[in-house]
Amino acid sequence: MGIKLLLDKANVPGIRGYEVYRREGGYRSVEKALKEMNPESIVEEVKKSGLRGRGGAGFPTGMKWSFIAKPEGVPRHLVCNADESEPGTFKDRYLMEFLPHLLLEGLIVSSFALGANDTYIYIRGEYAWITDILEEAINEAKANGWLGKNILGTGFECNIYVHRGAGAYICGEETALIESLEGKRGNPRIKPPFPAIQGVWQRPTVVNNVETLAAIVPIINMGGEEYAKIGVGRSTGTKLISACGNINKPGVYEIDMTISVEEFIYSDEYCGGIKGGKQLKACIPGGSSVPILPANLLLKTATGETRYMNYESLSDGGFATGSMLGSGGFIVLDEDQCIVKNTLTLARFYRHESCGQCSPCREGTGWMEKILHKIEHGHGTIADIDLLWDIQRKIEGNTICPLGDAAAWPVAAAIRHFRDEFEWHINNPVLSQTSNFGLQHYADPIHVPA
Amino acid sequence: MTYTFNETQMTELNRLVAHYPEGKQKSALLPALHLAQDSFDGWLPTELMDYVASLLHIEPIEVYEVASFYSMFNLKPVGKFIFEVCQTGPCMISGSDDIIAYIQQQLAIKPGETTQDGVFTLKLVECLGACGYAPMMQVGKIFREHLTKEKVDSIIAEYRATVTK
Ligand SMILES: Cc1cc2nc3c(=O)[nH]c(=O)nc-3n(C[C@H](O)[C@H](O)[C@H](O)COP(=O)(O)O)c2cc1C
Ligand code: SF4
Repeated sequence: MGIKLLLDKANVPGIRGYEVYRREGGYRSVEKALKEMNPESIVEEVKKSGLRGRGGAGFPTGMKWSFIAKPEGVPRHLVCNADESEPGTFKDRYLMEFLPHLLLEGLIVSSFALGANDTYIYIRGEYAWITDILEEAINEAKANGWLGKNILGTGFECNIYVHRGAGAYICGEETALIESLEGKRGNPRIKPPFPAIQGVWQRPTVVNNVETLAAIVPIINMGGEEYAKIGVGRSTGTKLISACGNINKPGVYEIDMTISVEEFIYSDEYCGGIKGGKQLKACIPGGSSVPILPANLLLKTATGETRYMNYESLSDGGFATGSMLGSGGFIVLDEDQCIVKNTLTLARFYRHESCGQCSPCREGTGWMEKILHKIEHGHGTIADIDLLWDIQRKIEGNTICPLGDAAAWPVAAAIRHFRDEFEWHINNPVLSQTSNFGLQHYADPIHVPA
Repeated sequence: MTYTFNETQMTELNRLVAHYPEGKQKSALLPALHLAQDSFDGWLPTELMDYVASLLHIEPIEVYEVASFYSMFNLKPVGKFIFEVCQTGPCMISGSDDIIAYIQQQLAIKPGETTQDGVFTLKLVECLGACGYAPMMQVGKIFREHLTKEKVDSIIAEYRATVTK
């Protein structure tokens, strides 16, 4: 069994409620932080822990916190990003549904560290029942003196509010989230100014992922240095992975980042192997935005090293032969899956979710979907593959927010590694409607277009 | 038609508005629209959006532009129950195509349509964060997961029973 810091108590009966959570040692980190530490020393501990943002980008949390502006007389805010809409990702949902008080505990300590008195949880609108769970937990925490004015007699005031979104992936991007929190369309803002200087209501704001904020609890309890000893290199601590697709045991797993991808997929402690005894074809290891990898490049890097479930190893080889840990949304495809169709559904997703502000993203995502639709339905030409490649390159890096890149990368990686499957689709317009390319020798040696 | 919140709905609106700083009541727009949509017929006619605008002291256009941006707000009449079936990658590789086809066949409607008796609307949606429990659909506040044809049958029967009673 690996080390568990977040989900260790998830199976204790009644842990969702305050009484059991407290009896199991909950809210200790708030006592320690408010009574024995000060905001600066908490930020120091978080820096020492090496914690990197769990929302996808992996930015060091302690460093992010130290950027927050502190102008005299202007309130600051912490916003918890619970928008969780990246296909393949459902870990924050699990954490909030089963351990709501763990999130609140992390939020109180983090609010104290940032000097924020009014903290918001921006939750995707579809998680309606989790909104109820969180609000109940907030009421319990308030009734027991962990929220409100003068917490533990220290004079610190903290209020937590849940804000429901209404169906828009783009609101997971932090500046779109801030716009949405202000009651507007989720159009990302041009940075700078960064939220740490001018965020919600033009006030200094830190936006962090649910899992990041929950991880503050073990960091305070055990100390940053101890936390940093878990994992490897710059991948410290534990990470929640939501595994789905064609595996025996889909679900949310907490891993320390030293296990190999092979162990994660095949061991009974985690995914339990490919469903129906089929063969592994490909995997999107970090949420739909990150590059898809064929089985050969997933289990081993291009240089033949074992690939591990951590930030560095998953990105080994760059985009030519690697991918990213991203949000931890681990999507497994078996031998029966069609790469063209999978790429089409993702392209449709990004077209649907583009906010429409930048033309490369607004138009490009639509074109990519149309071309993929053509290929999937047997009307594609070989030139279409190059056109797709051209479009994705023109989107990447040319937009206000990273959604453009997120839409471009899956298409690029599918062509990079599975070009012959696209060609097969185009050359066999009738056959491809009823059968699959399967595991036919794909992209080996690995094809890297210019 | 004119709309007015009853006392309970008004209390809830005031609770939501109180979450935000003085003068930032526009921030309550998304929660307020959810409340409005749930309190009446499951969609947002112009008059209802105008009512929400008046409650939050903002211009109607500020409400329209927001309501049209977010996929959970319905700008057209819908059935009593909306089957929102996920069709994105992870659900697709777990068999959502078959489930979608089966629901269409059982309800005799296409995506975006409502059954003639006004009970069911079928909507295809993008990833709802249930990838490990695919295929799935959302009905009202809850997720129905691990869908099979049998399960779809019983879900349809379950909702139909609530209206024929
Ligand atoms: C299109 C898009 C969608 C995003 N969705 C999410 C999300 O659902 N949840 C999340 O925590 N971060 C999401 N992010 C990342 C956030 O912008 C931000 O980096 C993150 O919340 C920071 O938290 P962290 O440092 O704790 O990871 C998204 C980014 C982009 C560009
Ligand atoms: S990249 Fe796309 S989603 Fe992001 S701001 Fe531009 S149009 Fe909007």
